[in-house]
Amino acid sequence: MLAKRLIPCLDVRDGKVVKGVQFRNHEIIGDIVPLAQRYAEAGADELVFYDITASSDGRVVDKSWVRRIAEVIDIPFCVAGGIKSVVDAGKILEMGADKVSVNSPALARPELISELNHVFGQQCVVVGIDSFFDVASGQYQVYQFTGDESRTQKTRWLTRDWVAEVQARGAGEIVLNCMNQDGVRQGYDIAQLKSIRDVCKVPLIASGGAGTMEHFTQVFQQADVDGALAASVFHKAIIEIAALKAKLIADGVSIRP
Amino acid sequence: MQLVIVDTGCANISSVYFAFKRLGVEATISREAAVIKAADKVVLPGVGTAHNAMAQLQHSNLIDTLQSLQQPLLGICLGMQMLSSHSMEGDVPCLNLIPGDVLPMQSAGLRLPHMGWNTLHNISSHPLMKGFTSSDYVYFVHSFAVAPSKHSLALCNYGSDFAAVIGKDNVAGAQFHPERSGKTGARLLQNFLEWQL
Repeated sequence: MLAKRLIPCLDVRDGKVVKGVQFRNHEIIGDIVPLAQRYAEAGADELVFYDITASSDGRVVDKSWVRRIAEVIDIPFCVAGGIKSVVDAGKILEMGADKVSVNSPALARPELISELNHVFGQQCVVVGIDSFFDVASGQYQVYQFTGDESRTQKTRWLTRDWVAEVQARGAGEIVLNCMNQDGVRQGYDIAQLKSIRDVCKVPLIASGGAGTMEHFTQVFQQADVDGALAASVFHKAIIEIAALKAKLIADGVSIRP
Repeated sequence: MQLVIVDTGCANISSVYFAFKRLGVEATISREAAVIKAADKVVLPGVGTAHNAMAQLQHSNLIDTLQSLQQPLLGICLGMQMLSSHSMEGDVPCLNLIPGDVLPMQSAGLRLPHMGWNTLHNISSHPLMKGFTSSDYVYFVHSFAVAPSKHSLALCNYGSDFAAVIGKDNVAGAQFHPERSGKTGARLLQNFLEWQL
């Protein structure tokens, strides 16, 4: 039976792993390769590396760390951040990443998703979506340039509509980051994930809000997501992956031991 | 041992190269017929679409070379599908080394692509499957698959059974990604390195 995936997310800046709260106040957590290796050995099912500065400040970013990760890691990994073209994606995949994830550049130019699908195949193309619940309108809205608070802006897309659009353009997987929950460890946004699940026919990965092991059980059982992404609970050793897997198995969730 | 990874121009070549390197074998990546023919063992990786990958092999004049190899040949993911007779993905003839057709997955409503870690069953006693059990998980990413047949060395179920590993004579293939399947995947690659015809 296909296992649900536990996916530590490593935010990368200048080759270091960092983490902030609600996308702010980034602190350095450690070097990328040993951290990645540690997670792979601890039982992570997949890793995601987000180059958090890339999309927002427009510079050319040194991605040579991708190759260093590919050398030592024997589980799948995805690279996100600053991928604006087929050429950018090709370099990352050539260095050994299994998938690329696009977010702001796909909002700026949705054809990017179709182009990546055409050249590399659907399985390589992940679309990251930063979704914020706007209390005033009662709507979930897509935001872009979330790596830099001063440039973060609301887009014209409602989250539901953008999820449909990216699938129509050939996305192979969607990572839905619920911004209201990010970094505050109060649980995944089950209501939103459930509602998006209904319109998401490709694998859906929950992101933002994990604080306890119970949160993982809830998101798998109540929102039927294919994977759960988390950062701080793993980086700060609040949750140990082996213990989390044991609990999920005990709770009846399909998990790779 | 001279291990050659066929340069299909596909994306997972580095990962496959590094996976063998972790097992202590430095592979040569090549699209030259002479180099491939002289190898002790040959790996055919692949990611993308069957149509593009076959076109790439055609372009490099490697179809005959691969079809006439006598040494062990391992196809990975799309590389495994290319060992079959024909692929419905782009309706393209393949290498026809292991009889069978590549068809859209019959997932009985389960989400596609089939992406993630899954288990194997009906595991044969073929040398490639040494040490594998039905509690091992391996990593899949695909939407097309080869149906179970007498050439299946292991099956996987996702809505319906499909071939996870196939083999015939000197040729074998894995639908999953051994280079990305942790220690279990490394075992398949190690078995391939040790495989004596």
